[in-house]
Amino acid sequence: MTQSFKGPTPSRRQFLSGAAAAGAGAVAASASGAATPDPKITELQPWATGFGEGVDATPYGMPIEFEDHVIRRNVEWLTADTISSINFTPIHALDGTITPQGCAFERHHSGAIELRKEDYRLMINGLVDRPLVFSYWDLERLPREQHVYFCECAANSGMEWAGAQLNGAQFTHGMIHNMEYTGVPLRTLLQEAGLEAAGDLEDKWIYVEGHDASSNGRSIPMSKAMDDVLVAFKANGEALRKEHGYPVRLVVPGWEGNMWVKWLRRVEVTDAAVESREETSKYTDVLEDGTARKWTWEMDAKSVITSPSPQAPIQHGPGPLVITGLAWSGHGAITRVDVSKDGGKTWETARLAQPGDPKAVARFYLDTTWEGEELLLQSRAIDETGYVQPTKAQLREVRGLNSIYHNNAIQTWHVKTNGEAENVEVS
Amino acid sequence: GAGAVYGLGREALPQEIAAWDVDIMPDGSGLPEGSGSVRDGEMLFSQNCAVCHGEFAEGVGNWPPLAGGDGTLADEDPVKTIGSYWPYLSTVWDYVHRSMPYGAAQTLSDDEVYAITAYILYSNFLVESDFVLSDENFTEVEMPNADGFIVDDRPETEYVKWRTEPCMENCKDEVEITMRATILDVTPEDEAEAET
Repeated sequence: MTQSFKGPTPSRRQFLSGAAAAGAGAVAASASGAATPDPKITELQPWATGFGEGVDATPYGMPIEFEDHVIRRNVEWLTADTISSINFTPIHALDGTITPQGCAFERHHSGAIELRKEDYRLMINGLVDRPLVFSYWDLERLPREQHVYFCECAANSGMEWAGAQLNGAQFTHGMIHNMEYTGVPLRTLLQEAGLEAAGDLEDKWIYVEGHDASSNGRSIPMSKAMDDVLVAFKANGEALRKEHGYPVRLVVPGWEGNMWVKWLRRVEVTDAAVESREETSKYTDVLEDGTARKWTWEMDAKSVITSPSPQAPIQHGPGPLVITGLAWSGHGAITRVDVSKDGGKTWETARLAQPGDPKAVARFYLDTTWEGEELLLQSRAIDETGYVQPTKAQLREVRGLNSIYHNNAIQTWHVKTNGEAENVEVS
Repeated sequence: GAGAVYGLGREALPQEIAAWDVDIMPDGSGLPEGSGSVRDGEMLFSQNCAVCHGEFAEGVGNWPPLAGGDGTLADEDPVKTIGSYWPYLSTVWDYVHRSMPYGAAQTLSDDEVYAITAYILYSNFLVESDFVLSDENFTEVEMPNADGFIVDDRPETEYVKWRTEPCMENCKDEVEITMRATILDVTPEDEAEAET
């Protein structure tokens, strides 16, 4: 990661062209009275007289072309290549809580592999009574559960530790997706293999790894494995996408995305943590004195305003304004989100679109009026444990600047009088 | 024990477990018999690794350095390498064996992995040039940052502080902007816009 990269002139142009295109129509439509009749109403439009597409045109559809900005984006300078890399969910353009799979972020360490169900095997071994091999279809014969959970990369917002760097919620907070999973509790598979051999489960671990070359091996305490970990094969109603672990991935509710092992191939019961590369060199968090935290599994309560934001400026002029965003916590359900328009001097409690679900994303709205003044927008999540999302200053006071992972600080957007928004830090 | 409620899956054979269960624990358990020297490792590293990691494991471009950075962990910009940061040698052997070289993983023999691991130790000034690493002396190697890690202490250092009713009114006297993302100017531009 470097801060010295100097890219081409970024979002300002994008903002200006976008604003110009949307501006005229939007303003005209919202005016209290029209001087001349609107030809979109008075003239016959082609779609109102001719045909649209037949039902055989698109057996599996993509979004309409006018939404072609709602896509995953890569930040080239973050990593050495695109194979062990990250891209970002366009959260600035989405609403509700479910992430469309086609634009849900990806993080691979040796690329998105293609693995047929016919070639899929899942091994359970180690301190079990009978080491087992399951086929994909064996998994479909076991009792299933369904849950909605967020998967947030441990490094989400990691580039923002030292200061405001990337200009858009997609880039600062988009290493996250939230899906409805169907799968088999890992507990069921472990019990099928038998855990008598493991003895006291209190001090036991599992080690999980993927079919891909990176393997992404991670150690998980047995208590979590027996609690809510899912071996999932469906997301948002359909099979997992290739890039999200097709045909089978691990779902580890509330815990850092790295542990959600994709293309899951093996679960080993062990009497200690393996201390693999992904839990020593990576996914350990350096503190100010040079020591590092390990096993920082939970993702703490966090939120971000997705609109207005740098990629979603206010284009409609003064008047009614919907401030909206996302909140989530690895410790349980979101119970409240507060929003500030003045950089944290005063706060008002926003409205949750639905009651928060445990370890899932919640959508919040603050319906307000904008008079065209400058805003310093912030959101602050509170979860069912009473944990209040901290400021970046609070986090830095405990951790310093080099933790890389687990940045759940309050984000500030500076909205200017023309409606343009910028990623800033405030005192 | 109980188990086998559904009778699904079939017993894994020893050869299958041996093929996939290759993880190495910090105490060295899981290591296969074998050995490799710094000298052999230097040649193997040059052939298989140096194009990305440099002849001296110092890293090329944006690719990870594997050596150097001693004593920098509390600096403004820590350099985290195998020598300066990694707690266990087992992780080096395990990760190289299963996931390197990048793009051609699992192509190194056990002895080659011992030799490359020995060379990485040498590059970090942790062994002499005549050192030979084997399954027998493996656990004698001490990594400099073995004691550098603490188990997640957020419950004590953070949660107790931040589980309190937050301020709603008059929370600060003044608010000033202290940093702006557009000054750095590193956000990717919309590609379609860039082309026009």
